[in-house]
Amino acid sequence: MSDATQIRFRAATEESPATRWTLIALAFAGLAILVFAPLIAVFVEALADGAVEALRSLASPDARDAIRLTLTIAAISVPLNAIFGVAAAWFITKFDFRGKAFLITLIDLPFSVSPVVAGLCIVLMFGANSALGGWLVAQGYPIVFAMPGIILATMFVTFPFVARELIPVMIEQGRAEEEAALTLGASGWRVFWTVTLPNIRWALLYGVLLCNARAMGEFGAVAVVSGKIRGETATIPTTIEMLYQEYLSVAAFSLAAVLTLLALLTLLLKTLLELRHADQLAANHRH
Amino acid sequence: MHIEIDEISKAFGTTAALHPVSLSIPSGALVALLGPSGSGKTTLLRILGGLEFPTSGRVLFDGQDATGLTVQERRAGFVFQSYALFRHMTVFENIAYGLNARPRATRPTKAEIARRVTKLLELIQLPDIGARYPSQLSGGQRQRVALARALAIEPRMLLLDEPFGALDAKVRKELRQGLRDIHDTTGLTTVFVTHDQEEAMELADLVVVMSMGRIEQIGKPADIRARPATAFVKDFITA
Ligand SMILES: Nc1ncnc2c1ncn2[C@@H]1O[C@H](COP(=O)(O)OP(=O)(O)OP(=O)(O)O)[C@@H](O)[C@H]1O
Ligand SMILES: [Mg+2]
Repeated sequence: MSDATQIRFRAATEESPATRWTLIALAFAGLAILVFAPLIAVFVEALADGAVEALRSLASPDARDAIRLTLTIAAISVPLNAIFGVAAAWFITKFDFRGKAFLITLIDLPFSVSPVVAGLCIVLMFGANSALGGWLVAQGYPIVFAMPGIILATMFVTFPFVARELIPVMIEQGRAEEEAALTLGASGWRVFWTVTLPNIRWALLYGVLLCNARAMGEFGAVAVVSGKIRGETATIPTTIEMLYQEYLSVAAFSLAAVLTLLALLTLLLKTLLELRHADQLAANHRH
Repeated sequence: MHIEIDEISKAFGTTAALHPVSLSIPSGALVALLGPSGSGKTTLLRILGGLEFPTSGRVLFDGQDATGLTVQERRAGFVFQSYALFRHMTVFENIAYGLNARPRATRPTKAEIARRVTKLLELIQLPDIGARYPSQLSGGQRQRVALARALAIEPRMLLLDEPFGALDAKVRKELRQGLRDIHDTTGLTTVFVTHDQEEAMELADLVVVMSMGRIEQIGKPADIRARPATAFVKDFITA
């Protein structure tokens, strides 16, 4: 009797095993072809002539200059964007004002604008042919084809990362703790350092990580504004492209491997943050 | 401290949260702002604390115009509805916050701060929880810590927004008595917001019944019960 009346319950969203396994296999195949294979290929190509050759190419003046420039650019633009991002998120979430929705859209703009277009805009604004650019060049402060232009381009492209990470977290936390601190006699500045910042620290770190990864890897906007002058304005990504165009495959892929390792490190730190402090990150509030 | 509310109104954009209201709170009184949701209780309390500024009207503390005073200058001990404890600080650090925030000249020494925090923890009858974080406390304990934190600044008045709102009936009863005791020992002018008429009637010296941004009646609990001034008050206190 029990056999005859036994009913198998299946969740409404559950698929048959055959469908399930096919989907899982497809997903893995996609991942393998699109993600793992290229990753492995980068390292295989870099090590094609052996580890010594790869390291020697990284020690070349061009590669060293590129690495130094990219680190400098990141060291300047990431902290600045962290400050701007915190300020923007703080302003948006702690005050009520007209045009708030518009401002939030504006913060996202760099994500929807092609980096090449962003680079072109900077060239138009600050190039030697523009009024402002011409004047700056005459004063001895060129923007385009120089470090300031690369920093501007990098900052434009990576601007949203910090603010976007912080805004949902700060909305969720509300203003009550800040107000409590004010009633206890703390100045606005003190409230920021002792209440606001500690509450958003993990989300901030997360945003900074993403911002940094993109700042180091940015190609399009930087390629347009930098002029790719070797030893002067060539960053890691633009140098990789130039080396590759010259069929210097080991040199190109060795630098690419450096960038890839940076990306993997970012991913690792990001995952650690997600495991430890998931409750304080935006990913949990967004959906 | 005597608090005088003189024709205070407040508009948020086009919504009028408070029509001009006037109210005199004698020094040392325990006053309940009672009314249904959206009647403007929180708005009035926040105006007293300096967290919101009135559209028109004045607030007077001991006869002095206090309308322009900043939230820090008011020195009002404020207990928030959700307590708003600093989640990344221990209970001890929470209670010490206001003392540490004082300018160097008037800031007590470390030892003195520790002494005062210990005393406040005893006052709220939770002497052993200084090292815990807010997330490790029960709702009732959080409420008492919030009260201790507000008292630490030696406030001129105590303002509480639905202090027992998020607690179960038994804990509410206990804490009600706790608030009464603290009020009686400190002698602080105390204003608390509630929508529970039983709580208001039982605890307060003076009950202010509000509805839709207006004050319907001000009086002693017994008087309001015996002689409700409007149909609304009659309905609300018998509900
Ligand atoms: N920041 C604000 N912006 C716009 N409107 C507000 C704001 N704060 C309050 N209001 C409005 O003012 C009115 C009174 O609100 P208030 O919070 O003072 O009510 P309350 O009596 O405390 O209600 P509750 O018992 O639900 O807490 C409501 O209509 C509310 O929607
Ligand atoms: Mg309220």
